[in-house]
Amino acid sequence: MLALLLTISNVINAQDEIAKVVASTENEDVIKAGKALFNANCAACHKLDKKATGPALRGKADKYDREWLYKWINNSQGLIKSGDAKAITIFEENNMSIMTSFPQLSHTDIDNILAYTSQPKPEPIIIESSIAEGGSGESGVSNNIILAALALVFLLLVVMLVLVNKTLRGIAIASGVEYEVKSRTPIWKVFVQNQFLVLVSTIFLLLIGGYFMFGFLMQIGVNQGYSPVQPIHFSHKIHAGDNQIDCNYCHSSARKSKTSGIPSLNVCMNCHKNISDYNGEENLAEGYTLDFYNGEIAKLYDAVGWDVDQQVYTGEEKPVKWIRIHNLPDFAYFNHSQHVTVAGVDCQKCHGPVEEMEILEQFVPLTMGWCINCHRETNVNMKDNEYYKKIHDELSKKYGVEQITAAQFGGIECGKCHY
Amino acid sequence: MSSNKKYWKSVEELNQNSSIVKRLQQNEFVEEIPIDKFLGDKETLESSSTTRRDFLKYVGFTTAAASIAACEGPVIKSIPYVVQPDEIVPGVANYYASSIADGFDFANILVKTREGRPIKIDRNELSKNNGSVNARVHASVLSLYDSNRLQDPLISGEVVTWEDFDKKVTNKMIDMAGKDVVLLTQTFASPSTSRLIKEFTEKYPNVRHVIYDTVSSSEALDAFNNKYGVRALADYDFSKAEVIVSIGADLLGDWQGGGYDAGYAKGRVPKKGKMSYHIQFEANMSLSGANADNRIPVTPSQQSLILKALTGGSTSGLPEDIAKAVSKAKAQLNKAGNKGVLITGLPNVNAQTRALTYNESVGSIVIDIAKPKMVRKGNTTEVLNVLNGVISGSVKGLITVGVDPVYSFPNSDAFAKGYSSLEMSLAFSMKKDATASLAKMVAATPHYLESWGDTQIKKGTFGLMQPTINPLFNTRQFQDSLLKWTGNPKSYYDYIKETWTTTILNGASWNQTLHDGVLVSDTEIETYETTLIGEGSNESSTSNSALSTSSKEIGLELTLYTKISMGDGQQANNPWLQEMPDPITRASWDNYLTISEADANELDLALPLSGGLFEETRNSANGGLNGKYCNVRLGDVVIENVPVLIQPGQAKGSVGLALGYGKTASVQQEMQTGVNAYLLYQNFSSVQNVTLEKASGIHKFACVQLHNTMMGRDIIRETTLEIFNTKDADVWNEIPMVSKDHKMIKVTDSGANLWSSFDHSIGHHFNLSIDLSACTGCGACVIACHSENNVPVVGKLEVRKSRDMHWLRIDRYYSSEESFSGDFEKKENISGLDSTLSQYKEMERASANPQVAFQPVMCQHCNHAPCETVCPVSATSHGRQGQNQMAYNRCVGTRYCANNCPYKVRRFNWFLYAQNDEFDYHMNNDLGRMVLNPDVVVRSRGVMEKCSMCIQKTQKTILDAKRDGRTVKDGEFQTACSKACDKGAIVFGDINDHDSKVFKLKKNNRVYRLLEEVGTKPNVFYHVKVRNIKEG
Repeated sequence: MLALLLTISNVINAQDEIAKVVASTENEDVIKAGKALFNANCAACHKLDKKATGPALRGKADKYDREWLYKWINNSQGLIKSGDAKAITIFEENNMSIMTSFPQLSHTDIDNILAYTSQPKPEPIIIESSIAEGGSGESGVSNNIILAALALVFLLLVVMLVLVNKTLRGIAIASGVEYEVKSRTPIWKVFVQNQFLVLVSTIFLLLIGGYFMFGFLMQIGVNQGYSPVQPIHFSHKIHAGDNQIDCNYCHSSARKSKTSGIPSLNVCMNCHKNISDYNGEENLAEGYTLDFYNGEIAKLYDAVGWDVDQQVYTGEEKPVKWIRIHNLPDFAYFNHSQHVTVAGVDCQKCHGPVEEMEILEQFVPLTMGWCINCHRETNVNMKDNEYYKKIHDELSKKYGVEQITAAQFGGIECGKCHY
Repeated sequence: MSSNKKYWKSVEELNQNSSIVKRLQQNEFVEEIPIDKFLGDKETLESSSTTRRDFLKYVGFTTAAASIAACEGPVIKSIPYVVQPDEIVPGVANYYASSIADGFDFANILVKTREGRPIKIDRNELSKNNGSVNARVHASVLSLYDSNRLQDPLISGEVVTWEDFDKKVTNKMIDMAGKDVVLLTQTFASPSTSRLIKEFTEKYPNVRHVIYDTVSSSEALDAFNNKYGVRALADYDFSKAEVIVSIGADLLGDWQGGGYDAGYAKGRVPKKGKMSYHIQFEANMSLSGANADNRIPVTPSQQSLILKALTGGSTSGLPEDIAKAVSKAKAQLNKAGNKGVLITGLPNVNAQTRALTYNESVGSIVIDIAKPKMVRKGNTTEVLNVLNGVISGSVKGLITVGVDPVYSFPNSDAFAKGYSSLEMSLAFSMKKDATASLAKMVAATPHYLESWGDTQIKKGTFGLMQPTINPLFNTRQFQDSLLKWTGNPKSYYDYIKETWTTTILNGASWNQTLHDGVLVSDTEIETYETTLIGEGSNESSTSNSALSTSSKEIGLELTLYTKISMGDGQQANNPWLQEMPDPITRASWDNYLTISEADANELDLALPLSGGLFEETRNSANGGLNGKYCNVRLGDVVIENVPVLIQPGQAKGSVGLALGYGKTASVQQEMQTGVNAYLLYQNFSSVQNVTLEKASGIHKFACVQLHNTMMGRDIIRETTLEIFNTKDADVWNEIPMVSKDHKMIKVTDSGANLWSSFDHSIGHHFNLSIDLSACTGCGACVIACHSENNVPVVGKLEVRKSRDMHWLRIDRYYSSEESFSGDFEKKENISGLDSTLSQYKEMERASANPQVAFQPVMCQHCNHAPCETVCPVSATSHGRQGQNQMAYNRCVGTRYCANNCPYKVRRFNWFLYAQNDEFDYHMNNDLGRMVLNPDVVVRSRGVMEKCSMCIQKTQKTILDAKRDGRTVKDGEFQTACSKACDKGAIVFGDINDHDSKVFKLKKNNRVYRLLEEVGTKPNVFYHVKVRNIKEG
């Protein structure tokens, strides 16, 4: 009975919902169209809730007369020149920066945009952090528990064994059963007396020692996996991965210089002049909340001397002291443009899946052996390059192959990298 | 049976009860060793809780800890620009065209910058025959990073701001109104500066502008002025000359501003059987004399007689052999007609006029009068006026710009006294030099690489100077100061632009001109420099008693000269130039009195060639050159302890001494070398009569070449023009023969080869061609190599130990007979043991007037390299592009390679030269390190290094071509030395490119290889030197 009641009420509720949804779909289409137009035309200079180059736009539709807004958006300079008081005030409030005219926007388009900007501000979603923490901690704890349990079981077994042994002996003594106690020479003495064994094991130990020593020495100065904490938490995952920004956009000198170049801060500001808020995915387990990312963007503003409120550069610059990750010794010459532009090697080939790295790390060992291996295996990309034309023909005849590796081309000569 | 013999250690053992024997049985030493004495107080030692074992534990632990800690890599910071300038791409070099005009050197240059730092000077190839980019110009980039530079303007030694400075100076200028103030400047050769100075002297009419050339060409200017009405220097194009007769003019050195060597070298390469014939009459052995076909050592007084004889006079008064040479020269000149030229370096207006008149009378096509050179302007008479005015007190104020009179005036003590008591003393200077340290006001000026400027080096050829780096210090250039003080709100940049757009450009684009750095225009530019026409013709002001034959024979005739490395001495704090060996004497870090062997013996100034165990000889046991000291007296002036160097070819009765040394103010201790010869530069005349007195002591030279003759071998091959024209190549350029199976075969035959050959047929194959006919030995390549390849400076003591690090050296050989062919004949005729010993010994000595030959030697990049086969770790290996590669990080320093190298071109890093206080040169301070080339590694201690054939440059050229998807054009491949050589003596390129210049040069019949008989098959080849020797 109760169940039936519940079901009915549910049905009624659902019907209500459906009615609401139908009513709002029309509105939603408008907002969707408005959002698209906003992102295409306005977002370069305006934000909804924050001052950018132009003022924040949320709620502006209510503040001004609709006809006036049409005029303003279609030709703001015309309006200012006509001596409109409101227009002049706005112009002066915004550092006299001229707003682009949008004569191509129809009134409907503008209505759509205004509908989008008139949406109420969504309440921030607060996620119960305790749940998340519990979730992430689970696997770690369970492993430890299992290990501890195993250790306990093992200990119990040992104790039991000793106890059993003791009891048995007790019984034996009590029952007068004699058991033979052999006075055997301890095993280590036997071992020491056997010179052959000593010799063999010494050699064995030395070899093992040598092996590990060699391994230890060979990894000195090899910084594979090095991922230091940087002064600004720059996430390659967000930039190269989520937002698909081409590596060369920031590391532009990789195409023409020996260094890939750490982008200067003015390159960051090309985008971050407008992007002051992060609104992508969060990783709460690591503490990468929206606020955390916004704080990092604020660090950039601080370094480049950008006053977010006034939207001006203050001129107080504090260069960022990045920590270098990929560092070849001075005696090895490496040229990015040779590999990036001429050979067309993907950045990922040496730098790994950077677009997945929240914190950048050195993916490869950067040892000479690693370099040479690649030069032995990789065919030189000679296609459509006038420079290689003659050399390719002659070399492929000499080696009797169609494709020539970098090594065959002389890419493993000492002097090619060491001078 | 073993022997029962007993051996006694001493007689003491016979005594059974000897205490010594007993003690010795227990102790090692009879007496107790006084440990306390060297370990310190016994009590504290005993009370110390640290036992020996503990100590060892600590040592062991700390060593282990330190070595483990060392395994941790350091944290390296990378700091990018906040706002990156558009034109800078990190790792890519930018080039700017600019000009140098420091008062001594004038040239149009190309400046290479990396990340905003100038690191290298190259020639501006758009500029044709316009100024000379010599060794000093190449080295000037290091002077920019001189840590002894002035960093702020000073008033009475206190640092002030420029605002205060301006206030003080303008107030002072108002105070000085009506009083005699002299603006003593260098020659600027700048249209804008000349206009600006005129405006300044108009505003302050009590200021008179006097130009002072530290090394004067006043007499030549006077002569030209008198004759042609322009205060300038005739220009010469020696490539057009058939006969060059020079009387004391070092036309390959700094004679009349220098820069004639490129044209000269063109005429020295035989073309269609013809080349120029060069006769040199001179006292000191100069570069010109060394290159001349016929060099006659004569004293300066004889030189003026010779000049008279050649220009219409008689040869009376000259010794017979010289008279004969003069009439021969005269005959040659007559034969050449208008293709002959007569030049002289005598500091005498009459002499200069005579030469000009001669050239005019024959209508010489070599001399250019219409477009003369503007690089010297100084007037000795006026400068002497100022000098005397300051001493007497009639001059009240002195503003010096770019000159250092307290150092370079002959009566510097008296002048310094007068200068310190002047009402106004203002010095524009880059350094706190002798003048600036006495001046009340010092305006710190920037280096020319930080300044704007313009030049007119030769009439009608204009150049621009542009800054290539932001000023390193709080400096302001002289011209900007003048603009401020004349109340002109413009910056000097705008001022130059104004001058150019109104007069020079004639519609040409300013930006394009700035890009090119040079502009040839027919514009006549007014020069406002005041000249005393008429007074200049007065010979008495400059003529010297030494020039008149009637002078009584007192002492010796001194010719003051400038070295190709040090010049007038303004770059004395430049370690590259200090360490650059003099092309003739091969000594570095010094100036010295050059004297002939005969005079030295007479005056007891010669050290014996060999001597007893404790006797000082001319060479130390390690080979280092030694010399005696002497005091040089000229009237009241005495320079004490001048080292004496015996110079083959020095005219008997003459001595030579280089200017520009002995500077102490603002010069680092290590570089305060030599003696100040300006004290002898009386009346600014380079010829003086001096007397010498022997002084005590032995001077240790830092000379890089200790064996001066070739002993009749064909290290440098040469022939005469006549033989070259008439005989087959195998007569004068024979391929060496080697013995195989007791048969003589050519070394180039395949059978003479022990090794299998490398395949160089594919890709590039680099070769370097060196034409010994064109090489004058100027040494620009040596400094260019230094700056390109981060070659360290090792200092005088190390150079003396033959540990110099020059990758490229220019060997200089003297003949021991009259000529090298004489040496060869002598060697051929030696037979028997006695004559072998004695005659070879003789051949080690240079003759009194030897033939001289130069040979640049760098790594020969052998195809069968002896160094490669002996390296135990394969640190040196052969590249398929022909380069012999050296992997420094692989080298363990056995030095086998250097020992096995027949050319001795490998250099060992005996020490760490960078960041080591013991070698406090440019690699040891932050400022100096800015000059390092980031593409070339700085080598560490214990590593062998050598010429790499500029592999960083060839690699870059290849990469550029690959990136653009094109083939490499001929001329794109360059090494630092080939790029620096404006004589075309060094040519670099790819011989697999059959259209290349180097490929054509390789086909020339003059080609030979150094020590070819060794079978190393070098990739560097030389061209036989051809001398134009005329018999009879």
